[in-house]
Amino acid sequence: MAESAVSTGLRAYVLIVGMWVRSTMAYRTSFLIMTLGNLLATGLDFVAIALMFTHIGQLGGFTLDEVAFLYGTTSVAFGLADLVLGTMGRLGQRVRDGTMDTLLVRPVPILAQVAADRFALRRLGRIIQGAVLLGWSLSRLDIDWTLDRVLLMPVMLLSGGAIFGALFVLGGAFQFWAKDASEVQNAFTFGGTTLLEYPPTVFGKELLRGVTFVIPLAFVNWLPALHILGRPDPLGLPARIGFAAPLVACGCCAVAGLAWRAGLRAYQSTGS
Amino acid sequence: MDDLIELDGVEKVFQVRRRAGLMRRERREVRAVDGISFRVPRGEMVGYIGPNGAGKSTTIKMLTGILVPSGGRLRVAGIDPSRERTRLARRIGVVFGQRTTLWWDLPLRDSYALVRRMYRIPDDRYRENLDRCVELLNLSELLDVPVRQLSLGQRMRGDIAAALLHDPEVLYLDEPTIGLDVVSKAKVRQFLRDVNAEQGTTVLLTTHDLTDIELLCKRVMVIDHGRLVYDGGLDGLHAVGESERTLVVDLEQELPPIEIPGSRTVRVEGPRQWLAFPATSSAAPIVAAVADGYPLVDLSVREPEIEDVIARMLHGGRGV
Repeated sequence: MAESAVSTGLRAYVLIVGMWVRSTMAYRTSFLIMTLGNLLATGLDFVAIALMFTHIGQLGGFTLDEVAFLYGTTSVAFGLADLVLGTMGRLGQRVRDGTMDTLLVRPVPILAQVAADRFALRRLGRIIQGAVLLGWSLSRLDIDWTLDRVLLMPVMLLSGGAIFGALFVLGGAFQFWAKDASEVQNAFTFGGTTLLEYPPTVFGKELLRGVTFVIPLAFVNWLPALHILGRPDPLGLPARIGFAAPLVACGCCAVAGLAWRAGLRAYQSTGS
Repeated sequence: MDDLIELDGVEKVFQVRRRAGLMRRERREVRAVDGISFRVPRGEMVGYIGPNGAGKSTTIKMLTGILVPSGGRLRVAGIDPSRERTRLARRIGVVFGQRTTLWWDLPLRDSYALVRRMYRIPDDRYRENLDRCVELLNLSELLDVPVRQLSLGQRMRGDIAAALLHDPEVLYLDEPTIGLDVVSKAKVRQFLRDVNAEQGTTVLLTTHDLTDIELLCKRVMVIDHGRLVYDGGLDGLHAVGESERTLVVDLEQELPPIEIPGSRTVRVEGPRQWLAFPATSSAAPIVAAVADGYPLVDLSVREPEIEDVIARMLHGGRGV
């Protein structure tokens, strides 16, 4: 039962996404402009950091190349989650105006429908920007490419995407109760990326503990990246802790899934 | 007996939080549905009526699995809707008069194609159903128009078609004629009658328009304050509530109130007079008597309003 729900969900997701992509592609120029705009907007973000480095040589002991590495990895991870689940933020509105009802009468899991609704391919812009920065930083960094470090790269990006994805779903589930809570979700997702773009060493220990043990954002890129860059963890955790990222991601997804189910059952619809 | 819809003592209680002062919130329970039981056999067309806020929509939302009941037992086609919502969804069709289940930005054609793949409708069934709907609901010129550009009546027809493409066993219609013009209403009603007669689809509809019930349903259920207060034929509803139809006659000149057995004159305004007579009896003998004895210019018959019928029934009738 659970497995078939996953497969029908995925199938429906692909169906709806395919339809949105086709309808976006009807206006090809508009799509290209939007994607370029997205790319530029996110690109300028890093320019600000680069400008900062023209005045300082290091940030919390990290060079510009290393910061670019952190920025690129979080951007790719966040971009993946945002591409797949980015429209979850609109859930609160659907709950408020009652259009959630129309999704509930279709023979397809709600999560797939909500996630695929108004799928926007232009969000690829963020992933492209992140990948370009990541490539640039890798070309300049002198990393000791042992096998575990090579392995950790894709593991880190995928787990990071999954952790952000779980946060999107968790935020969505929360909106079943608090209908205007999309800003709370944004604080953890968009806010989280901004945090992870900077070296962990510039933040206080309390914050680091919080994002390691409470909302495990540190596993998105900080902890794996520290190992790849060959740097010690400011909290003194073992070097290979980064490899726990997939486990942490699975845990996050499980929590998000449970919250989602509870939210759906608490859904009260609207009058008429 | 093959009962498609079964409800036994179904309840729905909402927790409503209300602001009581600056920071304090008061919790209050609202019993939207308060112990409803009924059965609908396969192939029946039932009207489900009641005043605003009586619990009609809440019942439909529980029957479709949108809302989880707070108590009681509920089965549709043998399935518990809230437990197996997606499995049930393949076997039911739902039309909300107030909002569309179609994709707002997509043309009808694309919405239907998506419905076909979501419900995994076999190709030949899909084509046959779509052709029939397009023909009977006059959709051929609307297929390439995005849903948001459709008028209310067009959108409603589009929605009804979408709800029927997968051959549902039950069709729920929540106010399907609300806000429609006379022509659209007639089209929708004719179509629903055909679907029920030809496909044997079970239909449960809520409405504010008594004519919908009169033309479509042999059986009507009345709900008030979350309780079922009447379940039977429309005639019976009129009899219980002693509701009246009104004959409006325009005479050539002002005359004293008309006196005809079986009716009473309730209002006189210049040459126009209003005659009330029981809704269960025929208008023909009264019309004939008026035409016989008075200089008649024009006349019309007015059906009682649904709210009046229910109000009369609740205050004077026996109920169930």
